Amino acid sequence: MAGFLIKRFLQAIFVVIVVTLIVAFAIRLTGDPALMLTQGAGSVTEADLVRIREALGLNQPFLVQYFGFIKGLFTLDFGRSFLGGTKVSTLLAAALPATLLLAFSSLIVSIAISIPLGIKAATSRGKWADQAIRILSLVGLSFPNFWLALMLVLLFAITLKWLPPSGMNGFESFIMPAVTMGIILTATNVRLVRTAMLETLNSQYIMVARAKGLSENVVLYKHALRNCAIPLITYFGLQFGGLLGGIVVVERVFNWPGLGTLAFDAVGARDYPVLQAVITVLSLMIIGVNLLVDIAYGLVDPRIRTE
Amino acid sequence: MTDTASAPLLAVDNLSVAFGPSRVVENLSFSVRAGRTLAIVGESGSGKSVTSLSVMRLADMMGGQFPTGQVLFESRQGRIDLTTATQKTMRGIRGKEIAMIFQEPMTSLNPVFTIGDQIAEVLILHEGMSKQAALAEARRLLDMVRLPDAADLLGRYPHQLSGGMRQRVMIAMALACRPKLLIADEPTTALDVTIQAQILTIIRELQTELGMAVIFITHDMGVVAEMADDVVVMWKGRKVEEGPVADIFARPQHPYTQTLLAAVPKLGSMTGEAYPKRLPLTVMDGDTPRLVGGEHVQDTARYGLPPVLSVRDLVTRFNIKKGIFGGVTHRVHAVEKVSFDIHPGETLALVGESGSGKSTIGRTIQQLQKETSGTILFDGRPVSSMNGTERQKLRQEIQYIFQDPFASLDPRKTVGFSIAEPIRTHALINGSKPIQKRVDELLERVGLTSAHASRYPHEFSGGQRQRVCIARALASNPKLIIADEALSALDVSIQAQILNLFMELQEQQGLSYLFISHDMAVVEKMSHRVAVLYLGQVVEIGTRQQIFETPAHPYTQRLLSAVPVADPARARNRTMLEGEIPSPIRRVGDEPAIFKRTEIAPGHFVASAA
Repeated sequence: MAGFLIKRFLQAIFVVIVVTLIVAFAIRLTGDPALMLTQGAGSVTEADLVRIREALGLNQPFLVQYFGFIKGLFTLDFGRSFLGGTKVSTLLAAALPATLLLAFSSLIVSIAISIPLGIKAATSRGKWADQAIRILSLVGLSFPNFWLALMLVLLFAITLKWLPPSGMNGFESFIMPAVTMGIILTATNVRLVRTAMLETLNSQYIMVARAKGLSENVVLYKHALRNCAIPLITYFGLQFGGLLGGIVVVERVFNWPGLGTLAFDAVGARDYPVLQAVITVLSLMIIGVNLLVDIAYGLVDPRIRTE
Repeated sequence: MTDTASAPLLAVDNLSVAFGPSRVVENLSFSVRAGRTLAIVGESGSGKSVTSLSVMRLADMMGGQFPTGQVLFESRQGRIDLTTATQKTMRGIRGKEIAMIFQEPMTSLNPVFTIGDQIAEVLILHEGMSKQAALAEARRLLDMVRLPDAADLLGRYPHQLSGGMRQRVMIAMALACRPKLLIADEPTTALDVTIQAQILTIIRELQTELGMAVIFITHDMGVVAEMADDVVVMWKGRKVEEGPVADIFARPQHPYTQTLLAAVPKLGSMTGEAYPKRLPLTVMDGDTPRLVGGEHVQDTARYGLPPVLSVRDLVTRFNIKKGIFGGVTHRVHAVEKVSFDIHPGETLALVGESGSGKSTIGRTIQQLQKETSGTILFDGRPVSSMNGTERQKLRQEIQYIFQDPFASLDPRKTVGFSIAEPIRTHALINGSKPIQKRVDELLERVGLTSAHASRYPHEFSGGQRQRVCIARALASNPKLIIADEALSALDVSIQAQILNLFMELQEQQGLSYLFISHDMAVVEKMSHRVAVLYLGQVVEIGTRQQIFETPAHPYTQRLLSAVPVADPARARNRTMLEGEIPSPIRRVGDEPAIFKRTEIAPGHFVASAA
């Protein structure tokens, strides 16, 4: 296990270097932040622009800027935002919990709903319960997340006035973004659980478990579910990456003060330090989740653990 | 004798089982008494497995219904009809009063729970034991099925055990609550013969010890002869015959039983014959058996000609990566210094158990697997130094037939396409008309018709699919066919037909066969010479007569004595078989000892310890 973790850690370092290099390089292709900052400011001389670039450290060679950023990673000092000069670490500290809260709770709620529904669909294959669950999941899959978010706002915030349309302000403001994320995740997860379960239920050891006289619930939730776990965990892990991508859009619609909103604004303003930091944090999170997935494999499946 | 002893424990009366509109079992009746063994015999599709699942009411989960009949069982609560019992009642009976062992030991145990947990689960459920007490009992049960290191096994997972060990765990689990009735559905079919012999012995001994009734479901007449007191023969969902085992074998009444018994290859039936022999087949023609074909002595081997295939000191090893940094720490020594020749028109059989390397030899000859060292000469040319064109030619002249005909045909292509593919690949014939003609000809050659060419693999039965695979192999005009367990997945009556087809083709086209099999009785019928493999080495090689009539190596003798013989009158006489087949995996640097072979008769080589 120790060897495995060391190997994974080395891989993670490599991934972070590649991701940050690409991000730092690509963002500098998008244009000059000095021009962006002085837009609409009337008479701006070339000397003013040079001064701004010097102040922001943009006159230095790319690699110097990049290594400065990497060095900052170790001290959690990501520099200051080009806009307003707030410390990037302060911005992150505010946005990260908001995003994590939204992401994990929608993932967990979705897993909690999709497992029993998926199992129900698998055990009543071809019957009405299965059909209903499959149709509902297809409907859920067909919604684009931004559209669903807008419809929810239209219905619950504007027409019915039950929920606040945006912002993060108590439990009520949390409902709509979480439901939006949750519906789309659940729709895919139900299908995945159903397929994995159908395959497992055909196994000989399920027949053996029934021949022992075990009740259906023990057969399904003890013997079958644990065997479905590998494909499910794999998918839930992969989904986490997609979830973080989707969250940018949903956060934007609901004006949720998370990493997504932060990244969105930073892109618009060519705010290099903020964008670099957000993307680095996101990639670290994805790497971390994948590591957890690998460890989970070993926990649920002895064939991997004892190899 | 008391009344309960004479009343049947289980009485199936006029039972029909239906899945949707189709009836799989019709009006079946039989009964079993305590302490007796009833064998239900039949080929695939006879309804024998559905019968056992229906008694357990597990057929319900697959959509089975019982339009007629009843299954009366003497339970603790008195006599009940299992077909009308609730699933709740059934859960109290399953595992407690009626237990079941299934065919596939490799997939019968849940891979994510320990052996101990899986056995203890039944005891906790039915006997209300504490986890601690259940594990202690589980350990006793593992001792009972003679598994060594029972205490250590409790904490292990199924994948760490061999097939034979897993089947013993299954038996321990089934017998945990001392059931009155044990249903064993093909419990030894997937196992090697020496392991099969051990499992059969254990089942028989525990039956006597516990006074259980056993329903033994099998297609293997040899196993029936060894195990059963009474026999029910099923055919197409109906019982066609029943009676005491000796009567069924000595005086089969129903034509189907007669056909079935005639098709069973019996070990020792060829004693005194120098050559393999094609015997007439009994086939069912509607409801009456009919003899087809005549007797042909298969003296096709041309020993005067140079060998088609010469294998010298072949070694094939696989690396298994086990170190943290991907270093090789262990190797599978699949094939170690194997040498043999195959002459034109000759069948050489490679026999051995799992891990003996017999399939790896076949794959190495076809170059599906690279040899580690040694030479393979095909038609006098070394295979390893062949260029691209020669290799292509090699792939044409050596054909492979696999065990599973369904898996080896593309399900989305017509069989005509599959047969034509080698003709096109090797550009043997040009133009679609002549190719079409050749495909039709090949289909007729293997006993199908040209109308079959436009059908898909799923429209055929297992035997027909294997015929398609043979037609595909013949399509490229091969000199050598490697048949890897090509008959193992087929029912005996089909097996006999394909066997005759192989021999007929050999006679007509002078084909050579490398016949890889674990089935000694089939090998005896079919081959000119036999090589016995053990842990990647040839321990004995000689003519069929030498190997079967005067086996000299202890392993060959063990292998032969383990084969169940389809004759209940023959005394069970076998050297006591113990232990597992050792593993061919060795640590790097730990080289196996190479056996020296001595010639004890002309052409008969036997290994002695190095």
